[in-house]
Amino acid sequence: MSEPPLLQATNVRKHFGKVEVLKGIDLTMRQGQVVSLIGASGSGKTTFLRCINLLEEHDGGEILLDGDPIGYKLAGETRKRLSETKISAQRARMGMVFQQFNLFPHLTAAENVMLGLVKVQGKPKAEATDIASHWLGRVGLGERKDHYPYQLSGGQQQRVAIARAVAMQPRLLLFDEVTSALDPELVAEVLGVMQALAEAGMTMLLVSHEMLFVREVSHHVVFLDQGRVAQEGRPEDVFDHPENERLRSFLGRFHGLFGR
Amino acid sequence: MTFTPGTFWFEAWAAREALLVGLGVTLASAMLSIVMATVCGIAVGVALSYGWWWLSGLARLYVDVMRGIPLLVLILFTYYGLALFGINVPAFWAGVVALGAFATAHVAENFRGAVQSVPAGQMEAAKAIGLTFRQRLAYVILPQAFRRILPPWVNTALEIVKGTTLLSIIGVIELLLAAQQQMARNYMIVDFYLLTLALYLVINFTLAQLGGVLERRFSYLRY
Repeated sequence: MSEPPLLQATNVRKHFGKVEVLKGIDLTMRQGQVVSLIGASGSGKTTFLRCINLLEEHDGGEILLDGDPIGYKLAGETRKRLSETKISAQRARMGMVFQQFNLFPHLTAAENVMLGLVKVQGKPKAEATDIASHWLGRVGLGERKDHYPYQLSGGQQQRVAIARAVAMQPRLLLFDEVTSALDPELVAEVLGVMQALAEAGMTMLLVSHEMLFVREVSHHVVFLDQGRVAQEGRPEDVFDHPENERLRSFLGRFHGLFGR
Repeated sequence: MTFTPGTFWFEAWAAREALLVGLGVTLASAMLSIVMATVCGIAVGVALSYGWWWLSGLARLYVDVMRGIPLLVLILFTYYGLALFGINVPAFWAGVVALGAFATAHVAENFRGAVQSVPAGQMEAAKAIGLTFRQRLAYVILPQAFRRILPPWVNTALEIVKGTTLLSIIGVIELLLAAQQQMARNYMIVDFYLLTLALYLVINFTLAQLGGVLERRFSYLRY
């Protein structure tokens, strides 16, 4: 544990108007860890994930990526927002996969993966093409690299989105309910890709409702309730020995999958 | 068909040079206005959609004023009004600028609509891979907005072509005024108005067809 944490969030707070959605979240992730955020909708898990990538901006607390504060720096007592350029550079160190895939519809699968490689990382086009082919192959879509998103199924689109995120060699991959918009029979192919990434040592932070998957793949599980961490720990502790009353009732909704 | 003085075909042939010059002025003023409206309209549209509050406020004010005033008054003001301030603009350029400034507001508003109709997730995905603001616009938002702005843009171009007739009021001898000058000579009012209409119709029909070709060319940008 001498290694500094890859991600360290301390007392992260966020308001939407008068509603406080994050009431002080702490989270530490080390390299290679898979951490899952679970909780009812409205518990703040997606908002927290989006704060890490600066799609939302936290109003209080601090998020450190490899020791660098994300989005803001503290100058004495006052928080100062970083420049747009700095923020873009910080985002480039993380990958994110969305619930709605958000592939660029005017670009082919390969071009979707290449855009960041060429424009953000400044790689030559030939190298970016090779990287895109490699990663599309890894997610099982080597044959479809010249297809446009509308020519792909939901599961395939989401796998392209994963390839797009992971090809940038991010320090951290964020997954925001990435199987929630998929037909049930397409969920497994996406989870399979995520599991392979986890086994390859990728550092991943997931928001998910796929409890069996979360339990199997995570090193650490965090249960959020009304903007606070209500219980966290190893998956077997969280799922099999829920101490928190809200966690017990939350898990109870999953049709008795989890015993006491 | 007889080809003697006083018949339509004879008079039309006799007037061909004057009419063609007028047609050229119509095409030139329309084209310059369209180019100006497109360039400025996109700039104002970006300000409207993404500007700091004061910039988008200014853009909003511009668009609302331009959409709220009659085009003819704007043309008259640009020509006579600027002269009051000692700025002497030739009628042709006053007309082009007035038309272009007017259509800028329309292009800007269409641009804003097109940009807003690109789903929010596109901007987020572009942010997530670390693209800067300009890159997000250039590689993600604009290509998608482009396909959506094409039909209203063609519409604006057609309106500009028709709007050039108003330049006759400040003495620009474009197609309408050229035709009217011929009518003053030959009194073939109905025939020459019909001829003028036909010429405008040909221009705009061609423009609309070109727009259709562009739309089909970019139809792969689908959703």
